[in-house]
Amino acid sequence: MAPASRQASLLDPTLLKPAVWESFKKLHPRDVARNPVMFVVWAGSLLTTVFVFKDLVSPRADGAPLWFTVSVMLWLWFTVLFANFAEAVAEGRGKAQASALRRMRQDTQARRLNDNNQEERVTAPSLRKGDRVVCEAGDVIPGDGEVVEGIASVDESAVTGESAPVIRESGGDRSAVTGGTKVLSDRIVIRISVDPGESFLDRMIGLVEGAARKKTPNEIALHILLVGLTLVFLLACVTLVPLALYSGVPLSGTAVVALLVCLIPTTIGGLLSAIGIAGMDRLLRKNVLALSGRAVEAAGDVDTLLLDKTGTITLGNRMATELLPMPGVRVEELAEAAQLASLADETPEGRSVVTLVKDTYKMRPRELRAHQATFVPFTAQTRMSGCDLVDPHPRSIRKGAVEAIVRHAQELGGTVPEELAQAAGRIGDAGGTPLAVAEGARVLGIIHLKDVVKGGIKERFDRFRAMGIRTVMITGDNPRTAAAIAREAGVDDFLAEATPEAKLALIRTEQAKGKLVAMTGDGTNDAPALAQADVGVAMNTGTQAAKEAGNMVDLDSNPTKLLEVVEVGKQLLMTRGTLTTFSIANDVAKYFAILPALFMGVFPQIAPLNVMGLTSPFSAILSAVIFNALIIVALIPLALKGVRYRPLGAAALLRRSLLLYGVGGVIVPFVGIKVIDVLLTTVGLA
Amino acid sequence: MTLTGWLQTLLFFVLVLALTKPVGAWLFRVFEADTQPLPRVLGPVERALLRLCGVRREHEQTWVQYTVALLAFSLLGVVILYALQRLQHVLPLNPRGLPAVGPELAFNTAASFVANTNWQSYAGESTLSYATQMVGLTWQNFVSAASGLGVALALARGLTRRPGPEGRKTLGNFWVDLVRGTLYVLLPLSFVAALFFVSQGVLQNLAPYHEFTTVEGVKQTLAFGPVASQEAIKMLGTNGGGFFNANSAHPFENPTPLTNLAQLLLIFLLPAGLTHTYGKMTGDTKQGWVLFAAMSVLFLVGAAASYAAESQSNPALASAQVLQHGNLEGKEARFGVAASTLFATVTTDASCGAVNAMHDSFTALGGLVPLVNMQLGEVIFGGVGAGLYGILVMAVLAVFIAGLMVGRTPEFLGKKIEVREMKLAMLYVLVFPLAILGLSAVGVVLPQGTSSLNNAGPHGLSEILYAFTSGVANNGSAFAGLNANTPFWNISLGVSMLAGRFLMMVPVMALAGSLVGKKVVSPGPGTFPTEGVLFTGLLVSVVLIVGALTFFPALSLGPIVEHFLGAAGKVY
Repeated sequence: MAPASRQASLLDPTLLKPAVWESFKKLHPRDVARNPVMFVVWAGSLLTTVFVFKDLVSPRADGAPLWFTVSVMLWLWFTVLFANFAEAVAEGRGKAQASALRRMRQDTQARRLNDNNQEERVTAPSLRKGDRVVCEAGDVIPGDGEVVEGIASVDESAVTGESAPVIRESGGDRSAVTGGTKVLSDRIVIRISVDPGESFLDRMIGLVEGAARKKTPNEIALHILLVGLTLVFLLACVTLVPLALYSGVPLSGTAVVALLVCLIPTTIGGLLSAIGIAGMDRLLRKNVLALSGRAVEAAGDVDTLLLDKTGTITLGNRMATELLPMPGVRVEELAEAAQLASLADETPEGRSVVTLVKDTYKMRPRELRAHQATFVPFTAQTRMSGCDLVDPHPRSIRKGAVEAIVRHAQELGGTVPEELAQAAGRIGDAGGTPLAVAEGARVLGIIHLKDVVKGGIKERFDRFRAMGIRTVMITGDNPRTAAAIAREAGVDDFLAEATPEAKLALIRTEQAKGKLVAMTGDGTNDAPALAQADVGVAMNTGTQAAKEAGNMVDLDSNPTKLLEVVEVGKQLLMTRGTLTTFSIANDVAKYFAILPALFMGVFPQIAPLNVMGLTSPFSAILSAVIFNALIIVALIPLALKGVRYRPLGAAALLRRSLLLYGVGGVIVPFVGIKVIDVLLTTVGLA
Repeated sequence: MTLTGWLQTLLFFVLVLALTKPVGAWLFRVFEADTQPLPRVLGPVERALLRLCGVRREHEQTWVQYTVALLAFSLLGVVILYALQRLQHVLPLNPRGLPAVGPELAFNTAASFVANTNWQSYAGESTLSYATQMVGLTWQNFVSAASGLGVALALARGLTRRPGPEGRKTLGNFWVDLVRGTLYVLLPLSFVAALFFVSQGVLQNLAPYHEFTTVEGVKQTLAFGPVASQEAIKMLGTNGGGFFNANSAHPFENPTPLTNLAQLLLIFLLPAGLTHTYGKMTGDTKQGWVLFAAMSVLFLVGAAASYAAESQSNPALASAQVLQHGNLEGKEARFGVAASTLFATVTTDASCGAVNAMHDSFTALGGLVPLVNMQLGEVIFGGVGAGLYGILVMAVLAVFIAGLMVGRTPEFLGKKIEVREMKLAMLYVLVFPLAILGLSAVGVVLPQGTSSLNNAGPHGLSEILYAFTSGVANNGSAFAGLNANTPFWNISLGVSMLAGRFLMMVPVMALAGSLVGKKVVSPGPGTFPTEGVLFTGLLVSVVLIVGALTFFPALSLGPIVEHFLGAAGKVY
């Protein structure tokens, strides 16, 4: 799936054409019956079609004019078609993606290793769980699995849309590979972890096609509300016939069907499944693969969000940010020593010291070889690294943990200034890591290594807070460091010295308090917590275990993606709620259009109820039916895009929605029906 | 309309407002506290009664057990009341020697009093013996109200109880609630109210009817009986079944404007108080006041509309050149327009059904108000218990829509509203259109239905619609103008009352059962608050929309058409 296809515009003509065809195919009773509200419209359309034929065969002088019955019939069929069209458009986008994915899966050849480690060529679908296959540069990985041998760069753009290659290696948290992705360099051996038909790609195809889509719990609950309302209106309309009979008002079947269709919540009923499909699709376009619709709904409810510190809140590595010389030491002296001690240190921390010195003190790194330097690497015993120089005079420079340097200096007979411990304490309090530097027995000063909080992260957390979501940072750091970073990043709480058990326990306590918990993770040791969380987002770069445990996979492996997931979940519910409100509010105007039209023939005195001043009873009923059909089409873009979510308080959000869709829903049809009536009158249909 | 008229309504409302908190607190102590009030006096009685029935107080019931107990008890009530009427000619306390009541009428009356409706197809003074009235009807007046209280408490418990780790699934004990409701609430209040009524001139005797000759020389029979004792519980239990056929318009039932005010207050006393009890059960009294506010808005609008409509002169009398102070036809002169319309509004708001004026004689719009009040589901304070559980079901619907609109899966007091809850709420909602519109459709088509009508045209339709609405809504007030004492009407109305009571109670109990075991989601800033003006407005809208959308077509053929025709000079 190319990124381009995911950005397909809302009403792409290539998607619209098949959708039109689909909407006719969906007229099959089997398809319509799945949506009880639209089934009533479908049955009503059928009934009016029968009326039309009856009128054609034996026209009745006192009955409604034929043009009226035919027009109502046509617009009722349009109502069903428009609803089908909305669903077809929503599905269409998924289908396009699915066929792209399918093309990718075909005809992959695999090089399977047998027990004697000999290669044999087989087709990808014949691979079973536990098989080992070899992939070299240029090969397409034949199935989901885990790298058991070797390291390779892999192009995962087919799945993620991200063109930069990623590294996959055996062991650790970066061992998972996805079928359909391509090895760019080196050779790896992969143990296949799924049987055919269950692979990530298969599941993805199923999801985007909507084949695997089941109605989500909230969708079912809303369906029940809509079916209940439909039954209420069915009763109101069916009983109206005998009541009118008593009152001496003849009601045409067409008019009763028209009234019924206008009253039942067709707007939301027709768009409901499109809203659901579009919601999943929106997530997919944000490169999140939701493995269940329930999880998307739950995402809208999340109260607590657990985030790993490293890689999520902070950049992966600590950086040197400051040099603190001891009394009597010039800062340049310290800088030079720090630079020398770090030149051969290839760790990110070491490189960051060199960068800091270069940028802040304008000292260019010197060639170590020119000084005949020997590099002293870090060992777990000494907990120091550094270098020994011979030229121009022998020097021994070390940097390392404060305790280690203190011991080192004291062993060489030096004294340690009191300020060292104080400075180290201050750095620790601020969430940093102190690194002492010594030349010989003389302690020169301290390098302040700091976790660097990602840019813009604070703003994202503010947004979470505005949504009412509490963020909790999880870190292996000690509580003092954790507190400092938490303060800087703006998270609400933190869990320090976290173990997998502690994470799990934290989720359980939050859940016991009635909170819904979301978490992101990638490592195998995150798997239990991901499974326990209500919404578990696994990073695509993570291990297979993590991906299996979560209920969503983020293809971009961007942990703050949860923000978008939550927004999509909320949008999904809001779109349903607002369109339901709108649909029901519409009924007020429809009553005022149709009821006077029905009774005016016998009781001309009720003319004041015709508040819209519609031209004739026929044009009034027809206008209401047309409005009812067109409003579905008009709202398709909203259903597909979703109502915009604003991180306001719940009350403010509701007030806004009620005003816009409740009050608006009462007013809009008055205007719409009147306009349609005027147009009908102009063209002479009245 | 006069200032005094408006002040009467205002005074009444202020008194209700003032009484809500103490009554609600009293109810809370009776049903939810560890120790009940007056432990020395009433405690032993309660214990003795429960021991007699073999009920252990600590034994709580699941929703199924509670419902089965309630239904069994109600069925027994129907059977006993039916038997009492059929056998009253051989039973004591029948000084008039009234014969046995016919089978259809006996069924209708039994269903009516068990369903807390008190629709009266019979005329009390000429049909029922003192024994039937006292042992049968008055007994049901107490226990049917107490049953309603029980269901409301069960739903409130379902919503507010926090399930423990073992997942508590019980909702209280029906028998305990029944005994406590009767013993601590209904009996003492009725006793005090009855004494007050006697002091104001309401009749209370077991004397035979009195024959006398009027000043014009006509022989008349003055009906007597134990009126005051039934009058108190008739109002307090939102029953509404008058001792006499004329109900609270009869001077022996409701002699003065003061008794009229007292009767009005008794109607709203428990339904209003229950909102506060509910608030206390949720741990946040604001939750209760929101329900009270929503109910008050609907009540005040109805009262104002009714008063305004009845203050208009009758257009049909315009040509007769008479001085009119509003539409006084069918109203008691000692109450006047304001107190009559207030009574009509209150009695139909609260599913009481007592009347002090003839609703049939109201103007088309004045008659529309009581009809709409009932069709909104008897949630404007509503029946004892029934009002609270009715408005809570509406609140569940409101919360569902509101929850979606703020982007959360809906929750009410921290409990998620899911598929099962929506099913049950919709089942509850469907009973009204199904029973009212369905039966009315049958009634207007069958000759057995229309032959009972006194009026033709839209007014006749209003009469039929009103009768079934009153039955299903368990109100019991009659529009009159309809001879309901025929086999068709007795049976169809009997069925409608039982449907309106028990077909609605069962889903409510199931809802309570479904909610009670749910874990509680703690509220956050993203949670929609179910207190405050916004929710009140939403709740009012949901009540109005559910009711209005259902009944607007039928109403437009009845009172609405009649109004326009009346304005054009056409009357029925």
